[in-house]
Amino acid sequence: MTSHDEPEPQHGAAGEHLPEHRSDGALTPADDPFADPGLPPHEHRRQDIDERAAKRSERTVALLFTVSILATIGFIASYVAIPIDRIVYIWPFGHVSGLNFSLGLTLGLALFCIGAGAVHWARTLMSDVETPDERHPIEATPEVRAHVFAEFRKGAAESQIGRRKLVRNTMLGAVAVVPLAGVVLLRDLGPLPHDKLRHTKWKAGSLIINESTMQPLRPEDITVGSLTQAMPEGMSPHDEDFHVEIAKAAVMLVRLQPDDIKDAKSAEWGHEGILCYSKICTHIGCPATLYEQQTHHALCPCHQSTFDLSDGARVLFGPAGHALPQLRITVNDDGFLEARGDFDEPPGPSFWERG
Amino acid sequence: MKKLSARRRHPLAALVVLLLALAATGGLYAAFAPAGEAQADNSAQSLAIEEGRQLYDVGCSSCHGSNGQGGSDGPSLVGVGAASVDFQVATGRMPLQQPGPQAPAKPAVYTQAEIDQLAAFIASLGPGPAVPDPDVYDPAQGDVARGGELFRSNCSQCHNFTGEGGALTHGKEAPNLYNVEPRHIYEAMLTGPQNMPSFPDTTLTEQDKRDIIAWLDEVNTSDSAQPGGFALGGYGPVGEGLFAWTIGIGALIAVAVWIGARSTKARKS
Repeated sequence: MTSHDEPEPQHGAAGEHLPEHRSDGALTPADDPFADPGLPPHEHRRQDIDERAAKRSERTVALLFTVSILATIGFIASYVAIPIDRIVYIWPFGHVSGLNFSLGLTLGLALFCIGAGAVHWARTLMSDVETPDERHPIEATPEVRAHVFAEFRKGAAESQIGRRKLVRNTMLGAVAVVPLAGVVLLRDLGPLPHDKLRHTKWKAGSLIINESTMQPLRPEDITVGSLTQAMPEGMSPHDEDFHVEIAKAAVMLVRLQPDDIKDAKSAEWGHEGILCYSKICTHIGCPATLYEQQTHHALCPCHQSTFDLSDGARVLFGPAGHALPQLRITVNDDGFLEARGDFDEPPGPSFWERG
Repeated sequence: MKKLSARRRHPLAALVVLLLALAATGGLYAAFAPAGEAQADNSAQSLAIEEGRQLYDVGCSSCHGSNGQGGSDGPSLVGVGAASVDFQVATGRMPLQQPGPQAPAKPAVYTQAEIDQLAAFIASLGPGPAVPDPDVYDPAQGDVARGGELFRSNCSQCHNFTGEGGALTHGKEAPNLYNVEPRHIYEAMLTGPQNMPSFPDTTLTEQDKRDIIAWLDEVNTSDSAQPGGFALGGYGPVGEGLFAWTIGIGALIAVAVWIGARSTKARKS
């Protein structure tokens, strides 16, 4: 009854191990030119017809699983035996942590062998006979549908939801109102920043502290072509709000030949060629301190916004929206640099109300 | 007195007075003149300056001017100091092979003795930072952890967190600091070569610089340990992510394809 004859597979000496002849073709009219040819005849694996090959596969799979067990034991042994600070030279990796390397190698081997064993088992020993599963219509039978609708109508009538409109309407109202509880809780997304973004720790008379030495800076400390990272006095890295405040108050100081400063206001806000700029990029707040001392350009490492420090930190390139704010500085009676006040615009990234 | 006054008209009196005056002048000179050793140092120094001047005339003057005053092709070298010369010439950045965005490091053209002579000549043009003593830049005397902090606040914006370097504008770059001599790192911080800002001792003390050198010696030399194995250039999560997504997942896909492509059937068709 099959559409085509299946010849008995010729497997030579191993032929007697063949399973029963399978009939898996579909029944088709002889005159259909687009007849479904059905599945191709099943091909047997060596392991299906040769018991010795199957035994070999079994041993291979068992070996892989055994290696995995040993690797796991090796992992535990490495963890116990190898000191965490042992550095060993392993070609071609170089000087690596012996513990890291050993843990990675043994755990990797353990997982790989489980996977390889499973794959080899599935490919050589598990049944590989193709089993078609015919599609069937998803729609339920008319009897089932009629039964379900009847049950639904009966339930609706029993609940009296159609008759008692007061119950129905108040229920809908309750369900509609209950999400407001969650909406009200959104008020706790905050607190609102108020004017925090507009003020920093800088105020008139703040000494300018060198971040490297934590000492106040004097004008003669800052040579032409140098770059100094600084922060206002009265801040300690151990303060609770240090990171919040330094994110607004961090500055960099550069010194230019006074003739090189193109912006008159910028020169006036500095001191004898020393300019003090916020180093927080006005795009999204990375520290824009890649300073090129010959071009006087400062770059931001995140998106390459480029500021011309000789021209009021004007934006030359990149996504930054406005110039880096400049801090007005002067020298106090003791010869130290100090701020003449806070930034006159909010430092850092733009925000809606910034203007 | 009588005897003396009686002989003042002696024909040899003038000669005696002259001899006494000469002896006094010579004695005073010997007493106040600089010591003999300093004299010898000066001559060796002036010899080095003279030798350096000759090297300068041949190798450098075409760009930097006949007296180091600079010109359209090169900056003035007056006041850059011996440290700057030692850095630029010993790392091969100078003499420049061809104009470009910046002078790349290459094998040095001059021997250290010649570099010292060039440095002596340039130092004689104006006061500038001298070549530091070996003690000053000895990484063994630095604090690695503090150096890491200082490096991250002052250097990492351009040179990356472990000194792997990075790009700047218009073809310029902050170079990788892999295996750079501690002396040259120190001189670069002191003098600010090319577009690198300088970090004078007034804002970054000698100890700070030594700590930074100790940090770089710990993390970015051929002897540095890479506890995790492949450092992948040390460029951070972008490079590592790229490696995992392309090489790592690519290898997994290749293995899956290889497993599926190999037939298990007894009869290969």
